[in-house]
Amino acid sequence: MSSAQIEIQLIASLVAVACAIPGTFLVLRKMAMISDAISHSILPGIVIGFFITHDLNSPVLILLAAITGIITVILVEYIQKTGLVKEDTAIGLVFPALFSIGVILIAKNANDVHLDVDAVLLGELAFAPFDRFIVSGADLGPKSLWVIGSILIVTVGLLFAFFKELKVSTFDAGLAASLGFSPAIMHYGLMSMSSVTTVGAFDAVGAILVVALMIAPAATAYLLTNNLKRMLLYAIGFGVFSAISGYWVAHWLDASIAGSITTMLGLIFLLVYLLAPGRGIIAVLYREKQQRTEVSLLTFLLHLKNHNEEEERHVNHLNEHINWQKVRSKTVLELALKNNMIVIDNNIVSLTEKGNDFTSQAIDYIITNEDVKIEHMKDDFFLFRG
Amino acid sequence: MDIIEYINLVFTDYTLRTITLGTAILGAVTGMLGSFAVLRKQSLLGDAISHAALPGIAIAFLITGAKDSNVLLLGALISGLIGTFWIRGIITKTHLKSDTALGLILSLFFGFGMLLLTFIQKQPNANQAGLDKYLFGQAATLVESDVWMMAIVTGICLIILLLFWKEFKMLLFDADFTKTLGFNTKTIDILITSFIVLAIVLGLQTVGVVLMSAMLLAPAAAARQWTNSLGKMVFLAAVFGALSGVFGTAVSATQNNLSTGPVIVIIASVFVLVSFIFSPSRGLLFKQIRFLKNRRDLKLNKTLAFMYRIAETHENISHPHTIKILNNFQGFTKGTLQKLVHKNYVILEGNMWSLTKKGFKAASNLYNQQQENNE
Repeated sequence: MSSAQIEIQLIASLVAVACAIPGTFLVLRKMAMISDAISHSILPGIVIGFFITHDLNSPVLILLAAITGIITVILVEYIQKTGLVKEDTAIGLVFPALFSIGVILIAKNANDVHLDVDAVLLGELAFAPFDRFIVSGADLGPKSLWVIGSILIVTVGLLFAFFKELKVSTFDAGLAASLGFSPAIMHYGLMSMSSVTTVGAFDAVGAILVVALMIAPAATAYLLTNNLKRMLLYAIGFGVFSAISGYWVAHWLDASIAGSITTMLGLIFLLVYLLAPGRGIIAVLYREKQQRTEVSLLTFLLHLKNHNEEEERHVNHLNEHINWQKVRSKTVLELALKNNMIVIDNNIVSLTEKGNDFTSQAIDYIITNEDVKIEHMKDDFFLFRG
Repeated sequence: MDIIEYINLVFTDYTLRTITLGTAILGAVTGMLGSFAVLRKQSLLGDAISHAALPGIAIAFLITGAKDSNVLLLGALISGLIGTFWIRGIITKTHLKSDTALGLILSLFFGFGMLLLTFIQKQPNANQAGLDKYLFGQAATLVESDVWMMAIVTGICLIILLLFWKEFKMLLFDADFTKTLGFNTKTIDILITSFIVLAIVLGLQTVGVVLMSAMLLAPAAAARQWTNSLGKMVFLAAVFGALSGVFGTAVSATQNNLSTGPVIVIIASVFVLVSFIFSPSRGLLFKQIRFLKNRRDLKLNKTLAFMYRIAETHENISHPHTIKILNNFQGFTKGTLQKLVHKNYVILEGNMWSLTKKGFKAASNLYNQQQENNE
């Protein structure tokens, strides 16, 4: 590994951490699309900043672009407040307009600006190590490393300083306000931090990857845990892992680093989305099937309890009467048998004592309709689940 | 170049005519379908789909190795649809919210698309150049067959829209009711979503992945301000979209170095801005005017009520009082007094005022009304 390669991986990892922290809160606050809007609308800020400073890594440019990001947020909120359109429409109207202004600004001044829209959107991490930060002749490493490093330090500092406040205002804005933390300050603080991070990172990794690095690790982590601290840690972990593995995939395919980091993020999300215990698709589908069978079982037992006549309790009759298909009736019957709730005698089904108890309690449950109760009941009575 | 000269050129110059027609048709179809997206609160879906279409373009190219725009758009359509249904899966099956799902699919698909595009660029294949025009769009690359394609798709959209108008409308405003009437809401839903995806994919070549969402939203958001009727809104949105296309092409054709996509978006945004401010029923300007008018009316009523309470204490209701006693009362201005005189509610004599019979009656009714309202 050459020093340039190490530097690229270091920059990518730092960006991943710096994005994961505000990203987690954006996802929890249901404002993920705001990060997409900011990442596009900073373009005019970057262009104007570039006119003034002629340096993509200058703090003035970062500040100007971050201000454009905050203006976006304010504009979106203003349009929303007028009630003329819904919130999501407001977002969708503001950022393409600002982005177009940026593109036109670049096009009209093509001769003065060595700035490419592609570069802003996609970034080029491979070139990051060549832009060195040199103070009085001493080489202190790539500039973007310094930029993203300082942003990361500020982010982490703010996170530790205001963790409690952020947590309360994210989950219960009303409580936060009554405790004396202004939700507005928290909101705009978070927005400013996201803007600054987006701007600081776009040069290295591009605006779209910033969005991916903010949302994807946080969303993946959210599928795995309900604990805020753990979610932050998982998000950081996923971010750094895909940053480093993405770099090597890009190296191997000779393709865009930003693109392959995003692809790695996508693969991790896909895996977790399918396999997450309790919340992944497979778990959800399995649970849905289980619940369907258990509800059928309940219906079936209620039917048995209501009817003493033999012809109503005949196995074949169930197919016709409750309108179940053969397979379904078989599963339900087997489940009931396994749980000792019924006995089948000569193809006539009757409730056991246990089945009778369960059914009576189930009727109680249906009358009171408390959700918690049925799960306890299932734990009490079921040896095997559906 | 003056306007007449330009209009002449539109009819004579092949390239300009093709582009103008193409952008106009595109604006019309996206405006039409965008109305549904906006009303269904799926505004940002367009943004997500347009980004999600990118890997489809790249994969279609990798498979066929040809740059035929119809094949590439078919790839875009498929990957756009996959993105859409994955977004749905995330929202319905997990606890992630719609904004997270949209942002996820948008950035992940786009990143994957970029990976493929850069991978293609490194391939030893002379044919690969120009795929990146789908990023920002290049209206200049439109040829007549593309415009025909757009026209045909727009025609199909229009027919489907007219055929299923009732169903679409009902699903839009009361999905549960539609279901109870026995319509297959899922199919209608998939139909309209697929057409939205189709419209987005059509626009990729012209305005590009990044700005496509604005083409979908802006004409619809502008049209929404002028009417409360779905039919009128769809029609207006189509007109706004087409006009943005025509004007956008005109501006970018007459200036150097301006790509068409961003200019069209800016023009569409101007339509939105104008509609937000000047729409008679919902616009900010008229809302403000109505607000001021209401405040003035309220002041007038307050003054009248105050006078009434003074006049009430006298046997003769037209007993004159000095204007001075009104001075320590907030609602009073010379203007409101003049207005009351104008309405024949009050008679002024020197610096004395007295209520007329009409004024007294109006004031007593006003008082009753207020009491009723309080109850």
